[in-house]
Amino acid sequence: MSETAPQTVPAAATDGPPPAASGQDNGTILEAGGVSKIFGGLVAVDEVSFAVPRRSIVSIIGPNGAGKTTFFNMLTGLYKPSTGWIRFEGREITRARPDRILAAGMARTFQNIRLFATMTALENVMVGEHARMRAGLFGSILRLPAVRKEEKAVRERAAEMLEYVGLRPNHFHQMSINLSYGDQRRVEIARALASNPKMLLLDEPTAGMNPQESESLRQFMQRLRDDRGLTILLIEHDMKVVMNVSEYITVLDHGEKIAEGKPQDVRGNARVVEAYLGKQTGD
Amino acid sequence: MSELRQFFRSIGDTWDSLPQNVKRGIGVAALVFLILLPFFFTAGGSFIDNATRALAYAVMALGLNIVVGFAGLLDLGYVAFYALGAFTIGWFGSGFYAQVNHQKGIHVGVTGVVSTLPGIHLNFLLVLVAAVIVCAIFGVLIGLPTLRLRGDYIAIVTLAFGEIIGRVAINGDSLKPFGYAVTAGRQGITPIDSPDLPGLSEFGPLNLRPWYWTALGMALLVLFVNFRLRDSRLGRAWIAVREDEVAAASMGVPLVRTKLLAYATGAAFGGMAGAFFAAYFNTVNADQFEFSFSIFVLAMIILGGLGSIWGVVLGAIVLSYINTYFIPGPFKSLPHHFGLNFDLTDLSFGIFGFLLVIMMVLRPEGLLPERRRKLELTEGIGAGDVDLPLEVTAP
Repeated sequence: MSETAPQTVPAAATDGPPPAASGQDNGTILEAGGVSKIFGGLVAVDEVSFAVPRRSIVSIIGPNGAGKTTFFNMLTGLYKPSTGWIRFEGREITRARPDRILAAGMARTFQNIRLFATMTALENVMVGEHARMRAGLFGSILRLPAVRKEEKAVRERAAEMLEYVGLRPNHFHQMSINLSYGDQRRVEIARALASNPKMLLLDEPTAGMNPQESESLRQFMQRLRDDRGLTILLIEHDMKVVMNVSEYITVLDHGEKIAEGKPQDVRGNARVVEAYLGKQTGD
Repeated sequence: MSELRQFFRSIGDTWDSLPQNVKRGIGVAALVFLILLPFFFTAGGSFIDNATRALAYAVMALGLNIVVGFAGLLDLGYVAFYALGAFTIGWFGSGFYAQVNHQKGIHVGVTGVVSTLPGIHLNFLLVLVAAVIVCAIFGVLIGLPTLRLRGDYIAIVTLAFGEIIGRVAINGDSLKPFGYAVTAGRQGITPIDSPDLPGLSEFGPLNLRPWYWTALGMALLVLFVNFRLRDSRLGRAWIAVREDEVAAASMGVPLVRTKLLAYATGAAFGGMAGAFFAAYFNTVNADQFEFSFSIFVLAMIILGGLGSIWGVVLGAIVLSYINTYFIPGPFKSLPHHFGLNFDLTDLSFGIFGFLLVIMMVLRPEGLLPERRRKLELTEGIGAGDVDLPLEVTAP
């Protein structure tokens, strides 16, 4: 990629994704090719391509304003990419709606926690199960036996999920806004897990956590991968967490991918050091 | 004020602590009381008249509550559904289309004199069903252009639609697709068939009891639907959309579908009440479909407590009584006592506005607040911040 981002990005990537290679595709759960996002004249994400192997933990790092969250928002359908394609589980999801993407098996959390403030912890998680439920307008009004059964099952599963993320049962019926910061993070992860996703996208999950909390979250992510077979993609600033937990790291700077690879490779990469610490001048 | 709050809270706590069967018993007793109430008053008197209007307004307010209270979509054009419901009975329950079927008329499920009159005459229940369908469809149509909008902008678009329907109502007499006028214009459609329902004695201006029971039945039905929906998958989705649209979409709530269902359900109840009012007033008067009506219903749900089902019912009853009883009745000549030369009825909307201002100062969460709203208004929790320009709402 050129150093000066072109003002008008050529529609080079509109030709769609290459056909999925049948054999190796099994190893890749998420693929993106030439994804860009342009806000007016600002190129927030510039032709980023990357792939996430199934059952891996992959991090996206980069300085503030590098386009990490914008990239996340495109993966989850909140933004529509200006160019490029995204494929999840072999299906193209480039311009799909967020609820469709969630139903396909990709759930997320937000950088600034976005719980439904005045719903209880349990209700929040129940909303996360929306896509798995079937009850419609008339079924709900008549409260048909199937609807009643489903409602009960969803309630129970939501409680299980809150237990799994470690929320104390006496907090289940607290309004989420009244929960502590750490508990809100837990509820948000439980809400994402409630949809039974194949892949979890975490946007700065350790923000505002102390070292012990970060460490327990790191262990939790590994547990999710090992016990539940989840693939995890995270944006993270805490380098200790990133280096310990990730199998692969993608580094963004000014919207461009400047490096990717295993943690030890990325750590020594000159462009990455430059992006974080600035260019060395003088000698 | 704090004593009052304490009093309300103690009532709430006492109620919560009652065993389930006692609660049920009280509920049944209240229901029986409401059913028997008309027998204690004269059949054509003002008490039953006021009570009937209050119940019909409660139906309206409960419908609007789904859109504004549950889903958080500020609708300032609710009068559109009042009008559409009223016109549905004008079309299908009066002599308005006298020319159909060679002046012989079409009659379904009606008896007595009505069954010999020209025009389309469907049974009142069928008309209600038709009003529900017509309004649900229009609810979706009016909802569609608002899907890309948020907050105040939704209010502006719905306001415009309310005005459009009102204008069409007034000028529809010159609008003649297939040779049939859409409305009767300022002339109004009158008379409207009185309902003809099994088990109820004759509906008429001197016997208001069956009107009251019909309104009560409609209110109970709408209450039931409100409760069922609130505690359902859809109800949770509505509240999630109200609280944070972006998070709701990311959690699998389809925004378009969820919002349109709110519009359709709310509109359907407005249409039911509209058809009832038209039958009750025995006219579809195009001049009554004004913006102020939308505000009147909105004031009911704000007064009672946005999103709170019982609060909305209370708000509807209070405002309806102020409007139909206190202002034209006991307080009418109040200005004269102060040497002022006007009736209080001239000031109705000023009074409602004043009440709203008082409410906002003393009890912004409404008379019987929903616990969520109360939290929002007293602890400064904003519902749904708008930091992400969402690109997902296009259908």
